Amino acid sequence: MTTSTKKPRVSVHKFASCSGCQLAFINMGENLIKLTELVDIVHFAEAGPLGPDDEVDISFIEGSITTPHDVERLEKIREKSTFVITVGACATSGGIQALKNNADSDVWMRSIYAKPEYISSLSTSAAIKNHVKVDFELWGCPVDVKQMLAVVRQLLYGVAPLDINEKVCQECKRKNTVCIMVTKGEPCMGPVTRTGCGALCPSFGAPCYACYGPAENSNVKLLGERFIGLGLDQNVVKRKFLSIHNATPAFAEAKLLWSDTEGAQQ
Amino acid sequence: MAVQFLAPESLQNLLTVLEASGYQVMGPQLSEGAIVYDHINDVADLPRGIETLQKPGSYKLQQTSSTRFFNWANGPAALKPLLYKARQALWSCEQVAQAVNGGFVFKDLVPQAVPTAVIGVRPCDIAAMLIQDEHFIQSEYCDPYYKAERDALFTVAVNCSSCAETCFCASTGDGPSLDDGYDLLMDELDSGFLIRAGSTKGEQVLKKLPVTAASEDLTAMAAEQSAHAAEKQKRYLLDENMHANLFSQLDNRRWHDIAERCLSCGNCTSVCPTCFCHRETEQAELDGQSTRHFREWSSCFNADHSVMHGHSLRDSSELRYRQWMLHKLGSWIYQYGRSGCVGCGRCIAWCPAGIDFPAEANAISGEVELWEA
Ligand code: SF4
Ligand code: SF4
Ligand code: SF4
Repeated sequence: MTTSTKKPRVSVHKFASCSGCQLAFINMGENLIKLTELVDIVHFAEAGPLGPDDEVDISFIEGSITTPHDVERLEKIREKSTFVITVGACATSGGIQALKNNADSDVWMRSIYAKPEYISSLSTSAAIKNHVKVDFELWGCPVDVKQMLAVVRQLLYGVAPLDINEKVCQECKRKNTVCIMVTKGEPCMGPVTRTGCGALCPSFGAPCYACYGPAENSNVKLLGERFIGLGLDQNVVKRKFLSIHNATPAFAEAKLLWSDTEGAQQ
Repeated sequence: MAVQFLAPESLQNLLTVLEASGYQVMGPQLSEGAIVYDHINDVADLPRGIETLQKPGSYKLQQTSSTRFFNWANGPAALKPLLYKARQALWSCEQVAQAVNGGFVFKDLVPQAVPTAVIGVRPCDIAAMLIQDEHFIQSEYCDPYYKAERDALFTVAVNCSSCAETCFCASTGDGPSLDDGYDLLMDELDSGFLIRAGSTKGEQVLKKLPVTAASEDLTAMAAEQSAHAAEKQKRYLLDENMHANLFSQLDNRRWHDIAERCLSCGNCTSVCPTCFCHRETEQAELDGQSTRHFREWSSCFNADHSVMHGHSLRDSSELRYRQWMLHKLGSWIYQYGRSGCVGCGRCIAWCPAGIDFPAEANAISGEVELWEA
């Protein structure tokens, strides 16, 4: 962090993503105005400011790395930033688009596009940390603005941001939400998923989708077996893990654990 | 005042008198497929005829032909969320222009507790509350946040006539009937309620109810009902030397075996009515001028529970499960003179993985005979 009295400089960059996390940023309302009083936003294309090559104190990065050009751009951003924070599933774990890592992307490209030679793309969708050093990760699909603001505040105070990696169940219980896995046999991903959403889905009676990715010390095998015990097909169980955060090592274990009964491509 | 009789049609009077005495009344109700304590002003909202079917990792409600109001065992939450709040603001701090105290103004955020009466409290819940009382208010440091809620609480306990498969309070000595710790205590019989006061507050409420002296037949019937409920419990916890047994088994293979079945989700500790572990967090305003300091429920199953100098000492489910059991059934005895388990069975039913806490404890202590075929 800078020690001068100048306002810290912040940039927001985008790679392969739906822009939902940047929208979460823009939708923060009054706090966005407050934020601009505390920091200089030098690059945030979706909101206006353009200065992609400027030196900054904090870079927020949304999106995964899918092209050779992405790699170059990312390396430059890393060089110019003191603190790099990934925002959202795509940047933090490769996103839903990392499902392509399990397929032959050349075959796909040739079968979909009339002129595949116009496309320059990597065979994988990778998390930012697979290419450069990341200082802090904000999980979620999309991220929670409260978490994002808390991180900015902690950095402005000059302390390392606090990482809470407990499971969704913990928040569920704090909210006094009745567990839908225990009462209704719903296949809830809460017991392996990182908190952050405030246990939103279970509080509306819907099983957790694992938007925030794997929590620390996640027992994927046991939860999958439990789902099978609740009557789910192996293939459905596998898909529950190979979703938004399919490329995380914890959830990718599902590929080895459960066979593909429908014969879809590996 | 001796044991009194309250007719079923006079149960509404209890709610009315409690309200007239200045309490907001809470009672058991059906919500999201479970029995939960919520605001109540009409006995019609009580879970009449409902029974709970509780098994490892499973909780179901069943409508029966019974006309009883309290024929269920328990729900996911005891009194804990009302007294030891899941998220409690402890204090706030504001930065001001004047140079007093370095420009900081601290404020204590002890709550103005709302006088609350809870009806349908289970004996194990009262037992758990007495344990938490000891932890929070009778120790060297009295917790003003818990105390404020506790002082404002009025309990109407009901002895259990129907236990769930997961209950084992008889073996811990905390149920299915209660000796003390309540303001009012009832037994529910087919013909009506036996009711007695256990405190001055309770006596004042009892005086205003349309009661008659209870016959000896009825009190005998109630005692028999409780004894019968106790006999039906098949789960139990070995109590002879449990703490010494557990501490002699730190390297038992079974910890590893449990860890393979455990999600490390901490649901067991959250529903446990005696668990009190928490973390403290800071919620600062974005402008950095003010902040609030919170205490929130945490668990020995969370990594940050055992962090020292940036390193989590208990980094596996094996060590975390061992910590939970050794504290609850072992070192708790050195701390509070009794085990921290009241046999409510919540950690069994509400464990998404269906791990059976007393079965595991008994097995680790050398008793492998199980109740389920
Ligand atoms: S509903 Fe899901 S997140 Fe909530 S306690 Fe149950 S398993 Fe955990
Ligand atoms: S350890 Fe389990 S059975 Fe014992 S009091 Fe806690 S939740 Fe109830
Ligand atoms: S014993 Fe059950 S409730 Fe407790 S942490 Fe393990 S899986 Fe979760």
